Amino acid sequence: MTRRPPAFVVALGVVAAGLLVLPLVALAQRAPWRDLGAILASGPVLDALWLSLATATAAAAVCVVLGVPLAWVLARMRGRGATVARALVALPMVLPPVVGGAALLFALGRRGVVGDWLADQFGIVLVFSPAAVVLAQAFVAMPFLVLSVEAALRSVDPRYEDAAATLGAGRWVTFVRVTLPMVLPSLATGAVLAWARALGEFGATITFAGNLRGRTQTMPLAVFLALEHDREAAIALSLLLIAVAFVVLVALRDRWLLTSGRH
Amino acid sequence: MLRADVHLQRGDLDLDVALDAREGETVGVVGPNGAGKTTLLRALAGLETPASGRIELDGEVLDDPASGRHVPAEERSVGFVFQDAVLFPHLSVLDNVAFGLRARGYARGDARREAHAWLARLGLADRAGDRPGALSGGQAQRVALARALAPAPRLLLLDEPLASLDAANQVEVRTALASDLSEVAAVRVLVTHDPVDAAVLADRLVVLEGGRVTQSGSPADLAARPRTSYVAQLVGVNLWRGAADGTAVHLSGGGVLVVAEPRVGPVLVTVRPQAVALHRARPEGSPRNTWAGVVETVEPAGDRVRVRLAGPPAVVAEVTQAAVAALGLRPGTPTWVSVKATELEVSPA
Repeated sequence: MTRRPPAFVVALGVVAAGLLVLPLVALAQRAPWRDLGAILASGPVLDALWLSLATATAAAAVCVVLGVPLAWVLARMRGRGATVARALVALPMVLPPVVGGAALLFALGRRGVVGDWLADQFGIVLVFSPAAVVLAQAFVAMPFLVLSVEAALRSVDPRYEDAAATLGAGRWVTFVRVTLPMVLPSLATGAVLAWARALGEFGATITFAGNLRGRTQTMPLAVFLALEHDREAAIALSLLLIAVAFVVLVALRDRWLLTSGRH
Repeated sequence: MLRADVHLQRGDLDLDVALDAREGETVGVVGPNGAGKTTLLRALAGLETPASGRIELDGEVLDDPASGRHVPAEERSVGFVFQDAVLFPHLSVLDNVAFGLRARGYARGDARREAHAWLARLGLADRAGDRPGALSGGQAQRVALARALAPAPRLLLLDEPLASLDAANQVEVRTALASDLSEVAAVRVLVTHDPVDAAVLADRLVVLEGGRVTQSGSPADLAARPRTSYVAQLVGVNLWRGAADGTAVHLSGGGVLVVAEPRVGPVLVTVRPQAVALHRARPEGSPRNTWAGVVETVEPAGDRVRVRLAGPPAVVAEVTQAAVAALGLRPGTPTWVSVKATELEVSPA
């Protein structure tokens, strides 16, 4: 029999739930429901919406293309080096995003170590461009993909790869035809989480990419700006972001929330 | 022809084994857990690299650490059947069997056609479209065999292929496996710890204990002349080591046995459990060996009963169910043991 927690614990739990839910209720209560469609279809909002969808999708793609190889390498590392490498990869998850943005600026900004070279050699200036938005988003979103895929890779029974090797498959063929399909659910989970994280990115983006309408002003930035002069637009955009977050959580409910609770 | 001389260390295991096997022959590698059987098989497959030694298959050198040569698993003509099949769960049965052919460059259609032929040969054509999860343990193991055989390997390695099946399935799959294997031209090495598997599937046995070969020969040889207590247990006879001085053998585990043929020096003494008699009181008369024992276990063996007794010397007796009832045999019962000297077989150790 499962025993109920004592009353004061329940009371604290209710306070916690209130803390999480109340702001959302307040937001919904202030929402201009009747004009919602018109607000979301207006020029600036639509610009931010499209830019957000495009950059978040691009960032998720970058995470998959670069993150899967990184996860593969991490999953096969042993010893203290692996622990350090794993901590470094997870760092952006706990780092204040604005610090990440500043770090990106020093690396890839016009005066940055790499940015300087890119500008000299190829005339590429990343800062304040949509590409900078994608980079900032990929920076904060990468750990979600890498950690999800790496954990899955490490849980695959190594004998599947042994079996593939004895059947004549080299390392690349084995990875693509055996290992990767077996971790596909975790890859999908990681990619969706990375996409959602990228969509909500604020601090690193505004620091590294700036806040240029139609170029680097994503939805979270537009919400922040709209709070100053157009509260209704801010609320409409917020509701949209909440809706997206809900859809993602519902879609992943079995894969992320429950499985992480079970292990 | 496989010529292998494998030395390698993994944790507590220090493996040092020489093994030869001819084409069309099944060599059974038997031994207790931790003896290094699977590690040996993995070395033959190229999944482990020997520290020294040499592995040669049909004249091709696969491993020669002295010259730095190690052919990786994917470049060896080897088929490997794992203990619990290890079929790829995301591929259909047909694509599992076609996997090796695809990896070796067959076009998809050709690989599938060939794979289908293999499944048909093993009577599993109707399961081609299923996922491995839908198969019974025995079917999965035979699909694993088809998968290993499809690329026509010159060396087939089987690691306890029946161990993960339940007892009822084992008999059926063992019989099927025996006929499947007899049609394969490759050199075959089978690892098992089951004496029945070894007797049915292997032409020749190599006993591995603690990383070393302790005995080899046909199953009949081993049964007739076991040289270690493991082999004796495996083939179901009693075996003691001792020092002979005429017809008296002083056993190294304690106790003295009188044998028919006089010998001198270290010997192995064996006796079949059927030749060991049990009594309520000390039996009279000669020429008999008698000693007091205590029953440890009583278990059925066919229509008879195997009784294991602590000695010294410890002994296994096989008696009728009537005798068990008459003597009131159960764990803890003190009992007298007798063996005729003429039933004891003595060979030099």
